[in-house]
Amino acid sequence: MKIHEYQAKQILARYGVRVPRGETAETPAAVRAAAEKLASRVVLKAQIHAGGRGKGGGIKLAASPDEAERLAKDMIGMTLVTPQTGPEGRVVQRLLVEEALDIDRELYLGVVIDRAREAPVLMASTEGGMEIEKVAAEKPEAIFKEYVHPATGLQAFQARSLAFRLGLAGDTHKQAVKFIASLYRAFEGTDASLAEINPLLVTKQGDVLALDAKMNFDDNALYRHPDIQALRDLAEESPLEVEASKYNLNYIKLDGNVGCMVNGAGLAMATMDIIKYAGGTPANFLDVGGGVTEEAVTNAFRILVSDPDVRGALINIFGGIVRCDLIAAGVVKAAKALGTKIPVVIRLEGTNVDRGKDILRESGLDFQPADSMKEAAAKIVALVR
Amino acid sequence: MSILIDEKTRVVVQGITGGEGTFHAQRMIEYGTKVVAGATPGKGGTTHIGVPVFNTVAEAVRAEGADAAAIFVPPFAGADAIMEASDAGVRLVVCITEGIPTFDMIKVKALLKERGTVLIGPNTPGLISPGKAKIGIMPGPIHKRGSVGIISRSGTLTYEAVQQVTRQGLGQSTAVGIGGDPIVGHKFVELLKLFREDPETEAVILIGEIGGTAEEEAAAYISGEFPKPVVGFIAGQTAPPGRRMGHAGAIIAGGKGTAKEKMDALRAAGAYVAVSPAEIGDRLRDALSRAS
Repeated sequence: MKIHEYQAKQILARYGVRVPRGETAETPAAVRAAAEKLASRVVLKAQIHAGGRGKGGGIKLAASPDEAERLAKDMIGMTLVTPQTGPEGRVVQRLLVEEALDIDRELYLGVVIDRAREAPVLMASTEGGMEIEKVAAEKPEAIFKEYVHPATGLQAFQARSLAFRLGLAGDTHKQAVKFIASLYRAFEGTDASLAEINPLLVTKQGDVLALDAKMNFDDNALYRHPDIQALRDLAEESPLEVEASKYNLNYIKLDGNVGCMVNGAGLAMATMDIIKYAGGTPANFLDVGGGVTEEAVTNAFRILVSDPDVRGALINIFGGIVRCDLIAAGVVKAAKALGTKIPVVIRLEGTNVDRGKDILRESGLDFQPADSMKEAAAKIVALVR
Repeated sequence: MSILIDEKTRVVVQGITGGEGTFHAQRMIEYGTKVVAGATPGKGGTTHIGVPVFNTVAEAVRAEGADAAAIFVPPFAGADAIMEASDAGVRLVVCITEGIPTFDMIKVKALLKERGTVLIGPNTPGLISPGKAKIGIMPGPIHKRGSVGIISRSGTLTYEAVQQVTRQGLGQSTAVGIGGDPIVGHKFVELLKLFREDPETEAVILIGEIGGTAEEEAAAYISGEFPKPVVGFIAGQTAPPGRRMGHAGAIIAGGKGTAKEKMDALRAAGAYVAVSPAEIGDRLRDALSRAS
């Protein structure tokens, strides 16, 4: 799960990570009030989930409360397009107003899970402000790592070592050590999958603060963090994905025109791949899962075809726990209720396949059967052309 | 021969009295698996679907000689269940449970490294040695005994591969789902080592997906130390970066873990890579004809 910058900073502050003083505001008047309270110079930061905000005009410096209010009038309600939003962009509903600081150095600090080492890893870099993937590719010697043993947690010497390698000394070094230790505690304490401070700021006065902050969380652990679950912002998600999540369906909207419905994540990805291989483009990823009910299948089909880009649907089921007859009944019910006109190709295999095929045949609906994935993909791609 | 399980494996099912545990324990018994015990705290001394139930895995091991555990418990109890099974001394733990937090699994793996317990999963359909035994939720009847080993991060996509193997007139020695989570037990390399030593296995199909580096690690092992032919398929060639594709571990993060990188690595290691999921059987035929 993703959250906003201001939310990440609130969480981090609770763990002792130093962040700039700031407030959120949703109207130009509130931005002005916040600016008057905070500092003579403030930074206005659009709060959307996507990164790269500065490039799209989502981060602005204001030299006075007057200027802050003026800039806020343009920023609030704007559609912000960044390299990560896609061309449709995101509407800005909220700004984070923060005191502007005197920048001396911009560093990088992040924590992720290293899947190969099966341990959390802290990464620090002198190249703050750049994407860490880019630094890793172009200047790997500028990245310093410390792996954390799960039984002991992060040790002080590891934090000290990272801070020294960043070239910090004196009181700044001390502040950085505390910062690093606090960031790791926040990462572990919230079951985060990513905690990234980019840039990590050293001010001209020698203070260490998080200028930006990004946190993602392990969805599997959200059950033990209801406070974090409550930070989910549905406005940042595709409406069809929000709808699908109500029925425990794994649905991800893509930009093609062949809708697909599959059981199992691996087979769902492979179905997208074979549509592409056959010359089409998948409109979505949809895994109905193992414990699916007829009602969920009906809803899955409805969500799938309600995507206005979808011109045909491919249903690919390899029944194991999932029974083909249950899937067939759910699809027939949904297609009849919706009066579906688009072509639908169905490939059923596995548990109760014959009963499933009977249900489809007896429905009187114009479904196209297919005996293999390959045939199914070729058929639907030809039909949407 | 086969790897990890056969007709002699004695299984304790943790969570046998729950809905999932009951259903799949019955299917396992029907398939011929020796399900010798169940473990559900507080239900010790009872019998469920004809199987004696114990309060702890340790008691099940002592009383019935269980040497493998199958786990069907809710996600919050998953890590605890794996550690209990390991502590009781079973050789093999198969964790079907989906949704165990990553941090829990990191701690589990640190512990298991000291113990030498083999863990399959979590978030796996399990494993099957056709005609001998299955520990998991895969449909038994689609499998057929034979000479092809399968290692996969997926469930239903594995069934697809199994069917294509069958259509080539071949069968499986053992098919193992390693699980769709970011942190799992045995991965491709550990299982390839076992298939290497198994005389019945003549070729291995490796089904990977986006996310992580397990396939690249497998490729490095194959190119140096694995003498049998390998067929590879990677799901998620059209998956967008930064989105979790159903499985918790199936995500392209920071531009890493793409299908292309994995396919290239496998190809460079000499594996027969199927670009389309419909070609897994064809590549297997190529691999076997050139090997013989």
